[in-house]
Amino acid sequence: MTAPFRRIALLLVAFLIPALPAHAIDIKRVISPGGIEAWLVEDQKIPVIALEWAFEGAGARDPEGKAGLANLAARSMDEGAGPYDSQAFQNRLRDNAISLGFDAGRDAFTGSLRTLRETRDEAFELTRLAHAEPRFDAEPVERMRASVLAGLRRDQSDPNYVARRVFYSTAYPGHPYGEELRGTPESLAAITPDDLRGFTRKQLGRDRLVVTAAGAISPEELAPALDRIFGALPATSASAPLPDVAMAGAGETVMVPRPTAQSVMLMGQRGIPRSDPDWFAASVMNYILGGGGFTSRLMEEVREKRGLSYGVYSYLVALDHTALVIASGSTVNAKAGQALDIIRAEWARMAREGVTDTELADARTYLTGSFPLQFTSTNAIARILLQVRRDRLGIDYLDRRDALINAVTNEDVRRVAARLLDPARLLTVIVGRPEGVTATRTVEGGS
Amino acid sequence: MHAARPFRVTLALLLTAMLTLTAGAASAVEKGVFFPETFTLGNGMQVVVVTNRRVPVVTHMVWYRVGSADEPRGVSGIAHFLEHLMFKATDKLAPGAFSRIVAKNGGRDNAFTSYDYTAYFQNVARDRLELVMSMEADRMANLRLTDAVVLPERDVIIEERRQRTENEPADRLGEQVNATLYVHHPYGTPVIGWGPEMSRLTRADAESFYRTWYAPNNAILIVAGDVSAEELRPLAEKYYGVIPARPVPERVRVTEPPMSAARRVILANAEVRQPSFRRSWLAPSYRTATGKEAYALQVLSEIMSGGSDSRLYRALVVEGRLATSAFLGYGPSAWDRTSITGGAVPAPGVEMDTLERAFEAQILRLLEDGVTEEEVATARKRMLASAAFALDSLSGPAQALGSALATGQSIDDVESWPVRIDSVTKADVDAAARAVLGQTNHVTGLLLPKPGKDS
Repeated sequence: MTAPFRRIALLLVAFLIPALPAHAIDIKRVISPGGIEAWLVEDQKIPVIALEWAFEGAGARDPEGKAGLANLAARSMDEGAGPYDSQAFQNRLRDNAISLGFDAGRDAFTGSLRTLRETRDEAFELTRLAHAEPRFDAEPVERMRASVLAGLRRDQSDPNYVARRVFYSTAYPGHPYGEELRGTPESLAAITPDDLRGFTRKQLGRDRLVVTAAGAISPEELAPALDRIFGALPATSASAPLPDVAMAGAGETVMVPRPTAQSVMLMGQRGIPRSDPDWFAASVMNYILGGGGFTSRLMEEVREKRGLSYGVYSYLVALDHTALVIASGSTVNAKAGQALDIIRAEWARMAREGVTDTELADARTYLTGSFPLQFTSTNAIARILLQVRRDRLGIDYLDRRDALINAVTNEDVRRVAARLLDPARLLTVIVGRPEGVTATRTVEGGS
Repeated sequence: MHAARPFRVTLALLLTAMLTLTAGAASAVEKGVFFPETFTLGNGMQVVVVTNRRVPVVTHMVWYRVGSADEPRGVSGIAHFLEHLMFKATDKLAPGAFSRIVAKNGGRDNAFTSYDYTAYFQNVARDRLELVMSMEADRMANLRLTDAVVLPERDVIIEERRQRTENEPADRLGEQVNATLYVHHPYGTPVIGWGPEMSRLTRADAESFYRTWYAPNNAILIVAGDVSAEELRPLAEKYYGVIPARPVPERVRVTEPPMSAARRVILANAEVRQPSFRRSWLAPSYRTATGKEAYALQVLSEIMSGGSDSRLYRALVVEGRLATSAFLGYGPSAWDRTSITGGAVPAPGVEMDTLERAFEAQILRLLEDGVTEEEVATARKRMLASAAFALDSLSGPAQALGSALATGQSIDDVESWPVRIDSVTKADVDAAARAVLGQTNHVTGLLLPKPGKDS
């Protein structure tokens, strides 16, 4: 080996320039004759087309006693539609290598389609049928219900799942954000195929629809396809917006006893909405605190220096009606108290001192430079566009993003850290047999 | 994060999903999947390039032809431990600096270890390729370890083991099934290692493994993205080509003896709320197969569990209502003999032995009647069609080529996948099914709730 060190030093100087201008991505706004708007990144190099869409607010609140309705609809919509029963519909997808799927989220009901260019007609027709004429035949609905229930039972063995469940039910009591999206055995049993039909008819309206596309399709081809797929949906949908809600349980430490090898920890407090002007200051702060993988402060203190954990992370959660800043990790039971103390101390240090100039500079180059690494598959591009649209960031956002991040100052980070981070206000949930931890409350949910 | 998951099944599925044929070719299936270019450096290091100009980024990977199955006895987990330690210091880089430099250059890096290989990768903008090549080449030759970094990292891998394997009963069962399937061959030892041995691993163990195996002639460089072989060659020569070749041992592995009895592994635990059933048979890999067996087994697995009209799903889930899911999975990318695993999750109220008998009935039906010509044709067609998405990814092609080359396949083998799948006949599938699933000795794993506890 000769002189790689000098080489690295030289290259580092050049690397202060953002790696890849995001304006390499050209987004077209497409409006269908029927008035449906989509954003498109056309790319004819690979013969693949991806569509992503969301019905905003749909399924955010299941009817009383029918928790899990939106999720069961998502699981069942591609199990038979129009002239095709479940088997026939699924076979048509598989024979043509078409991926079509639906998902019920906290704030939206989403759909996703990926197809080869040569099978796009079939793909668009099956997608249209799934929305306009889902069958919800008894047999596949029962099958999907059984599968959802099996998933819920399986998750009970996962301490991370148990921690999330206890955290969110404590943080949002009485609000849909606190409930299990997939429902309960009792609520699932109460859902009928007619409920599912009612859900798609009333909730999936064009007024809530946001669509994006990427790949081997031109704007001229996409416009009529939008009307074909979504044009027959009702223009308006029954709307019952959720109320904004703040996290409850601040300062609590909830213990869930369980005979596991590790203690799994999930901690959080009130965060920052996506629309807040300090969003990027908070993102920079989070990157340095615990968002930056191997290089974050939490990882350095808990893993690298002391070997207490395989991984400790922080992240921002921004839902439409609430926001959180979260830390999570797991550690051997005997060291749980020590790990918690370190996380809380780093939380307090960030609130008190903010970040150094070097940390800020490194966070900027990472957050700008790594963004284009996500643009490497057709459906990933469509998914990113959908997020930009749902966050109301504007069609020029990808061009502006680097500048927004580079404008974050030390003072911005200090301000937002002081505003957000207060270890005394953390809601902490621990699943396991932790030592050195004082709980304010103990709940069942272990074994 | 430094993943130690046994990658065999995952990567094989990935390979199946990623492989392509020329899209739109209605008639003859042609050779060609990733269309890579390749050359070999003077020191014996193989270089593979998959050009993809979609965005100006690259995936840069170095694969070593060594994994946990090459470990000496008594130091299980050393291959994976060394993978973690490779992120520590060299003569030029301070501990932890590697990932920090990648990150501050807008890149992402990580590594993973499996039975047969260890791989390191960085995803970066094209103009950072030279930087990561210089650093990756540096740690191939100049790793410097001290106890001050080695000992805390040993605690990290022990926590990783707790997190991956010990926290969840299903993972504990999986490890025990594997250890029972291979009573002699090192595939029975978990990649991450056995706990008691891991806590005794030393710096000297890691250094010895590094010196033995980490040589350019035992490594493969794979770069996918916005670069051509012509552009890459001078950089590869400059950074990797100057590292001297060293003698590297043959991969000598013990032979797993024939199974002379069926084995059952049962884990009953109060944390289990959802029982499940699984069964594994020893099976040939690409490298150990004779003829088309490994391809026939992929077609078989598509017929048995490829979708909602597959045999197991139809019989157990749709018609029998005995299960909520069912599968048969096979990963052909392994240096030595591998395995095929099937299983099912019982529907509520269905006894485990009822489910097991129904599963066995499907295997028996397969062995007695074979598959139909139509099933084989449909499976082939679907596998080839889904493979058309192969190039809609950067890391997918690099992963598929790396795992293939590190487990004894050639680039020609990988590129011939569509042709070989297309050539699989009903007779091939029936013969492979009988040879593998016809073995009466296998390992059955049952995950059960502890009796007497709440539901």
